[in-house]
Amino acid sequence: MSDRTTMNVRPPVIFEASRERRPGWGRGNVPEHTAMIPDRFLRKNPPLLPEVSELQVVRHFTRLSQHNFSIDTQFYPLGSCTMKYNPKVCHTLSMLPEFLERHPLAPESMGQGVMQCLFELGEYLKEITGTAGVSLTPMAGAQGEFAGVAMIRAYHLDRGDHERVEMLIPDAAHGTNPATAAMCGLKVREIPTNAAGDVDIEALKKVLGPQTAGLMLTNPSTLGVFERRIREIAALVHQAGGLLYYDGANLNAITGRVRPGDMGFDAIHVNVHKTFATPHGGGGPGAGPVGVSARLVPYLPVPMVVKTDDGSGYRWLDRAEAPRSIGRLSAFAGNVGILLRAYVYIRLLGRDGMRRVADFSTLNANYLKARLQRFGFQIAYPERRATHEFIVTLKRESEQWGVSALDFAKRLLDYGFYAPTIYFPMLVPECLLIEPTETETKEELDRFAEALASIRREAEADPGFVKGAPHHVPVPGGGLGRLDDTRAARKPDLIWRRTLDHE
Amino acid sequence: MPFIPHTDDDIREMLATIGVDGMDALFDEIDPSLRAQPVELPAPMAEWEVTRLMRERAGQDTGRLNFAGAGAYAHHIPATVWQLASRGEFYTAYTPYQAEASQGTLQILYEFQTMMASLTGMEVSNASLYDGASALAEAVLMAVRLRGQASPPRVLVPQTLNPRYLDAVRTLVFLQGIELVAVPFIPEDGHVAPEALAPWEGQGYAALVIPQPNFFGVLEEVDALTDRAHASGALVIGVVNPVAMGVLAPPGEWGRKGADIACGEGQPLGAPLSSGGPGFGFLCCRTAHVRQMPGRIVGRTTDKEGRPGFVLTLQAREQHIRRSRATSNICTSQGLMAVAAAIHLSLLGPDGLRRTALTCHAHTAELLELLLTLPGVTRIFSRPFFHEVAVRLPRPVPEVLERLQRKGIVGGHPLTRTHAGMDNALLVCATEVIQRADMEQFVSALREAMA
Repeated sequence: MSDRTTMNVRPPVIFEASRERRPGWGRGNVPEHTAMIPDRFLRKNPPLLPEVSELQVVRHFTRLSQHNFSIDTQFYPLGSCTMKYNPKVCHTLSMLPEFLERHPLAPESMGQGVMQCLFELGEYLKEITGTAGVSLTPMAGAQGEFAGVAMIRAYHLDRGDHERVEMLIPDAAHGTNPATAAMCGLKVREIPTNAAGDVDIEALKKVLGPQTAGLMLTNPSTLGVFERRIREIAALVHQAGGLLYYDGANLNAITGRVRPGDMGFDAIHVNVHKTFATPHGGGGPGAGPVGVSARLVPYLPVPMVVKTDDGSGYRWLDRAEAPRSIGRLSAFAGNVGILLRAYVYIRLLGRDGMRRVADFSTLNANYLKARLQRFGFQIAYPERRATHEFIVTLKRESEQWGVSALDFAKRLLDYGFYAPTIYFPMLVPECLLIEPTETETKEELDRFAEALASIRREAEADPGFVKGAPHHVPVPGGGLGRLDDTRAARKPDLIWRRTLDHE
Repeated sequence: MPFIPHTDDDIREMLATIGVDGMDALFDEIDPSLRAQPVELPAPMAEWEVTRLMRERAGQDTGRLNFAGAGAYAHHIPATVWQLASRGEFYTAYTPYQAEASQGTLQILYEFQTMMASLTGMEVSNASLYDGASALAEAVLMAVRLRGQASPPRVLVPQTLNPRYLDAVRTLVFLQGIELVAVPFIPEDGHVAPEALAPWEGQGYAALVIPQPNFFGVLEEVDALTDRAHASGALVIGVVNPVAMGVLAPPGEWGRKGADIACGEGQPLGAPLSSGGPGFGFLCCRTAHVRQMPGRIVGRTTDKEGRPGFVLTLQAREQHIRRSRATSNICTSQGLMAVAAAIHLSLLGPDGLRRTALTCHAHTAELLELLLTLPGVTRIFSRPFFHEVAVRLPRPVPEVLERLQRKGIVGGHPLTRTHAGMDNALLVCATEVIQRADMEQFVSALREAMA
């Protein structure tokens, strides 16, 4: 590792390989006339795009790919993100040329194949979530949340219930929950969590009232435990005239075993890129179908696929037929290509497979939790069953040796593991939120537990070493040391410039 | 057990380590009455069975000779793009929270931001949003945060904007009490006269949206519109087609000062049509406004030894930090599509993009010429267009389209439903992949369909 300072095999920014007038891609006879476009509309200077050969492009992006950790190459125990294996066949079958080449506005008669898949996917999701209606159109979990909360808002307004402007959200919730409530014009009121990790029901009772629009809840919660008094909570919120929103981020823990609709939730979003194994793609595209109880069905976002009146085919249901719908969320019908992947996944697993997802993701999490406990790690809620994820708190390690959750996370990269989610949920100090998923082997879990234990020994013996991590991320050239976030935010360098000295 | 690797011995050992005697015990904190119902789903299928099923379904989807645009465009995507973008290292990574283990995705997103900012003539870009329509909604919200002192905050939206965009924007901003005001267009020209803004001048408005090209394919007088909005103290949001940016003046160069925000749909840059998604939304702006921008942003920094690297930055804007005071609730966006776009644009380069844009324009002009040879077909708007054009047919459009679809042709997009007074109007588009023979086949089928 001594020559690391001079060796960094990550390719430079692609513009540095660019040479003016390098013969580019796909030359051919192209009409050069712009006669019909008057001068005043035309671009005066060409955009800054690289002029590189196809081989240079292939090498550049292939080499960059080697600088990523991914599910295909590393264990990726990122809590609340469900980084399970993404079956290759789901990708292959959703990339069939007929699916790819279908124009979104092509007539329905020319898209019966894809529409049947979407219709059936909606039916399966209704069954899995225990809801009365599903719309597939939201393009990610946060847009599904928006749809759900907007429907709750529309429901109250329709009934002339204009005072319901408060959304109740537990302190452990994903940041998207309060952000969504704000986008829907609601005020956020935080609900505390009790020492056992459940919602503090006495505190909830105090804030429920005629101003309550609803409650947003993740169950299992982001603390990696199941909310035991969910029925009582649902009854309380409903009695107060509010509705319940279910954040489906953690559906993997219960799919095929328990249904959010049966718990009393009125609106639910599903992250297909979590529970249904569609890819995370380095930050999307995902899809966030939303399911609702009967009273919210008229408000579902459009468009939706429905059966034709004679039942022989499928058609789009749009605003004209759904006057109370909250409306459209995108230009077309959402991330159809991603929904096809989820459809293939559900057909592969079938009813027994879906239940096994819950069983084995829970088994893996509880096993890993037990292993880490034996290695001396402190579990945030040791007396509780883990769901598909659990929390380790490094408060003790941090106090004794000055080594933080961030330091552990960075050191894990050196061991060839992606890091768990850190510092979330915020109410557990120095936390690691660990979600192994059902597709990892026992051997991999053992290796991970041993790596964490080994880092703990390093932290005791030489805290400075762990605080200096990462030291040799297993990517070509040994990777970088810890990157300076403060500098990035203080002097933002967000685009490459030909003349700028970046160093 | 698809994708679950546990042997019976594993299960026994793991349960013993946990200290329970069976799988059901792991769920014993859940109210038993909630655990009753088994879900009704089809039986599992083998990979070969599901392969056959999906091939059959795909086989029902026809219409690959396509003359519809209206927000989604059939461009050639070099084979290289998805061979590279489908690599598991990109496809199965997540949002690059751990920068040191995500330099591949992060560097590409930085390159993507550079390309998008330059294409739109802006100073900064984010790392993608969901789609063009929701990106415009985010741009409207951003403009209102910057300039929304009036109550209610008002944003002017020309009626030449894609009506589906308007629908989505309304859904996404309505609950925040923002008023979207429709600006009419000149019926003969299909564009908004700068004078049309006059009624709102002096009353104050937060922003003007300018689509270029507009929904009818027509070019708007972007310079005059931009200057007029700026004179009213409003911000200008350009909604642009990224392929058109190969030849058309970018929002950053509109008028004397340039637009303030540029957004649009990125699908034409490497994303298949795929029934409308996934594509991606893009959003670019001036450096001065970057802290009001929604979505992920990648920045360049250094490690402790001074070597350059990339991180997610300015995260204090985002929901996971700022919660209810975040600029948006967006978390996952369309990362992989941004990666594909960066690959696509790297292959094309400035010259390839310009030639693609010019070919689209030339092909649409050629198609228009052929269509006008048909009896009774007329051009609706006289103004310059980019790669879409509206024509009036002598027969009702729905019935003509239905006859065309029996021949496997998607004959364009009818304007009848979305635009009052546009009876018998059809919006057609011919991108670079449409050849002379395709046009002739279309025109001859259309002649028969109208007979």
